[in-house]
Amino acid sequence: MTGSVALEMRPPLTGRPVYELAHVGKTYARNQVTALQDVSLVLNKGSFSAVIGSSGCGKSTLLKIMAGLIPPSTGRVVLQGEPVIGARRDIGMMFQQATLFPWRTALENVVLPIEIRDGRAAAMAARERARELFEVVGLKGFEDVYPGELSGGMAQRTSICRMLITEPAVLLLDEPFSALDELSRDFMNMELQRICTERDATAFLVTHSIPEAVILSDVVYVMKPRPGRIAEAVTIDLPRPRTLDMITTPKFGGLVDRIRGLLDREAFL
Amino acid sequence: MSTQQPVVAPTEGDTVWTEQISFIDRVPRSLSMLFVFAVFVILWQLATVSGLVSPIILPTPGETLQDLIFVGHNLITGGYMLPALWITIKEVIYGFALAIAIGFSLGVLVGETGFGERAIMPYLVAIDTMPKVAFAPLFIAWLGFGIASKVALAAFIATFPIVVGTAAGLHAADENARMLFKTMGASRLQTLVKMKLPHALPQIFTGLKIGAVGVMAGAITGEFLGGGKGFGELIRVAASQLDTPRVFSLILYLSLLGLALFVLVSFAQRRIVFWRKERVLADHE
Repeated sequence: MTGSVALEMRPPLTGRPVYELAHVGKTYARNQVTALQDVSLVLNKGSFSAVIGSSGCGKSTLLKIMAGLIPPSTGRVVLQGEPVIGARRDIGMMFQQATLFPWRTALENVVLPIEIRDGRAAAMAARERARELFEVVGLKGFEDVYPGELSGGMAQRTSICRMLITEPAVLLLDEPFSALDELSRDFMNMELQRICTERDATAFLVTHSIPEAVILSDVVYVMKPRPGRIAEAVTIDLPRPRTLDMITTPKFGGLVDRIRGLLDREAFL
Repeated sequence: MSTQQPVVAPTEGDTVWTEQISFIDRVPRSLSMLFVFAVFVILWQLATVSGLVSPIILPTPGETLQDLIFVGHNLITGGYMLPALWITIKEVIYGFALAIAIGFSLGVLVGETGFGERAIMPYLVAIDTMPKVAFAPLFIAWLGFGIASKVALAAFIATFPIVVGTAAGLHAADENARMLFKTMGASRLQTLVKMKLPHALPQIFTGLKIGAVGVMAGAITGEFLGGGKGFGELIRVAASQLDTPRVFSLILYLSLLGLALFVLVSFAQRRIVFWRKERVLADHE
């Protein structure tokens, strides 16, 4: 199966398209390096997609373009029918580090995006909604705690709340749990699935971990470097809800092997 | 004591290995400090009593203590030294306030704008490498023998560490924090006020502490060179009369003033940068 054929496969789930990228490319003017070439993908409402690849395959460039942080050199980037030409409140983002600000309580960190966009009064009004989010992520009672007193997992739960407070149309997740230990990471991935399912969220995950990509996603985009491009879109047809037990099933193993095979061929040259 | 039986009973000849705690870790800090002080005073006493050092050059600890009490009494009862101390305090406070205002503004300019970093910072570094007290005669020539020239020199010395602390601190925020603020659509001012400046506070306070030390040095140097009616002038006069006990005790009271300023800044730091626990008299960093 060649790359171009894979790209034409219909993404799973039949929800309406939320985020569409068509023939997106990025060449950095500074050093004429083509970081991204002809990337097309569609995120449907309620779907979970992951992108995986070795370092230097253009994942972070892709994510920055999707977050409206840098402009693409070519192609179209359209979120909810509107071209992305900068930061947008309907984009929620989460990083490897929780990136909470230690001088703000957990709750104050969560309402920060509202405070930035709509001012202090709106942030005060959003506190009630923030408290509900703390309940959703299982952090009830930790609203007024400073980040210094939160564990790594709790800090990431707080940053999930901060991402959700603006009710974004798409969630961009940049290796969100890779700084956690493996046990917490598995658990947080299942929590992430639950939260995304409850809210019918459209999510896009960047990861280095093949099992993580498979257990969470409806479709895994395998990227290859030089120039960064999508080599194949692998549909993950495991039933939902996913459980950690699935990791030991032959089907899961087959999918992991297939993705690993795609990566091995040239990704690490 | 636990009554639990060991699985393997120790037999004769087994090496019992216990954790060693060094002697110094078992002694309270205050006791260690007192010990050093005592050794210092004893050596001092020996040096003066033995005739190794002339009493004109180095007074005995007893003489110094006597003068310390005299000066303290003079200050408490509102004697002639109190107005002198008050002048020096004013110089230090005005100088520090000026240094904070200028240092912080310049620091933000240098740390936040590309223009400041490229066009202004090189000059600041160049001036910072100069021996700043060498400017004292200039300040005196410009501003006269009054308080103004001392304030200017004190501020001049204290400004640079505050500039450096502020400018460096503004770069302390990590890439993720910057990206997060971008994704939230934050304006430049919002990013500065809500993210970069709070991140910079620990380093700003490091600059303030170094500045607090410099402002004292500046005020006293100014008084030495430019006269006036401050505490530095009292020291200069006492030294010229070879009244070394007086010089010693005046320096001690002056250092109390410096210490008070430093502790004040440290307490402010603990209140403002509450998310970082630092000891009041810990070292700068």
